[in-house]
Amino acid sequence: MTAGVELREVSKSYGTGASGVHALRQVSLSVSGGELVAVMGPSGSGKSTLLTIAGSLEEPTGGQVLVAGIDLSDATANDQAKLRRRLIGYVFQDFNLLAGLTALENVTLPLELDGARMRTARPAGMKALEELGVADRADRFPDELSGGERQRVAIARAVVGDRQVLLADEPTGALDSVNGEAVMRLLLAACRRGAAGLVVTHDAQFASCADRVVFLRDGRLIDQTRTAPGPESLLTPGPQR
Amino acid sequence: MSVRHALLALLSEEPKHGLRLQQEFEERTGEVWPLNVGQVYITLQRLERDGLVESDDEHRAGPQKRFAITSAGGAELDGWLRTPAADVPPPRDELVIKVLISLRVPGADVHAIVQTHRRHMIELMQRYSHLKMEAAEHDLGLALVADAELFRLDGIVRWLDAADARLRARPTPDPASRPAVTAEDAPAVRTDGAGALR
Repeated sequence: MTAGVELREVSKSYGTGASGVHALRQVSLSVSGGELVAVMGPSGSGKSTLLTIAGSLEEPTGGQVLVAGIDLSDATANDQAKLRRRLIGYVFQDFNLLAGLTALENVTLPLELDGARMRTARPAGMKALEELGVADRADRFPDELSGGERQRVAIARAVVGDRQVLLADEPTGALDSVNGEAVMRLLLAACRRGAAGLVVTHDAQFASCADRVVFLRDGRLIDQTRTAPGPESLLTPGPQR
Repeated sequence: MSVRHALLALLSEEPKHGLRLQQEFEERTGEVWPLNVGQVYITLQRLERDGLVESDDEHRAGPQKRFAITSAGGAELDGWLRTPAADVPPPRDELVIKVLISLRVPGADVHAIVQTHRRHMIELMQRYSHLKMEAAEHDLGLALVADAELFRLDGIVRWLDAADARLRARPTPDPASRPAVTAEDAPAVRTDGAGALR
């Protein structure tokens, strides 16, 4: 599988000298298409900075970021914005649907901002809504949708078109464990259709739904899980508690 | 895990054969707790001896026998469901002891030790999460068993996170004085576990 997003020795610092803050220090991380990676770490460890840099919303101070094999720093600011809109989808904690637009219009908005005509945006939006199981809610406004349906529409908006990278910052933040798990299932399914997913979470249960968990500490990537998650080893009898 | 009470619960629906009890037990615990059929029959014999179940024909061989719950069995099951799980004193948790002990070992990187355990716990959690996500959505038994284990492991990860944060916040130890871990803090270190102190 191809690398959806790759960070090579990425550093980010704010300010200089004694008052400078190193938010990220030489972080290298590659997430392939089809894979969902969770980033864990305490507050201030650099999780959100990592995500904004992976999404090229911020420029790194050092190192390279490749999205779908393209080094965005080589592109002009204009092309960069275009590539970002076309290749990268974001899911926000509160899902951020626009109240005045229907579910379908919310989903097609990024395509239209990118210059797509309604004739091409509409089928792409319907396909994304279908994949998330909410095609029958296409003409409803956000306040006519249940909480779970709003989550699905928000994820559809993030994967619409041929987005190759899916970024989510604490998407389960305000949710209980069953609803949070549902969001993680949807993100995982979206990645299985080809996107590379990177999700920031402080919650071990939600992180454990990902294929790989990486640990950040003081701006450094200090560790990651090693075993491919598979249930087989749990089916052998163990000691009873 | 009480096999005895699980079998009473399965029999409270209707009379069943031993083999069916074994299959249903495994199905309903999401196949996370395998149970061999021999254990089922031994448990049924004891339940029958105690008057909690009865078999329909004493002369038939094991596999043909059908068992039914008695009224005493029903009362036993009801009492068990309402009894709080054993409230044992806090276990001498091996992980807690390892972290406490590591504070006394010269040159031991306690944060690296905490991270090793954190990673291991998350790897275990991944297996349960993926087991749950790969199972059919209606497999309630499996979801409940996996959730129980995930919440338990999550508690350990939270303790590790808190321990890590507390250790970072402590003042830099004076090399002349050892961290204040006394024998009372870690009473369960066995002599065979003390090898880690070498």
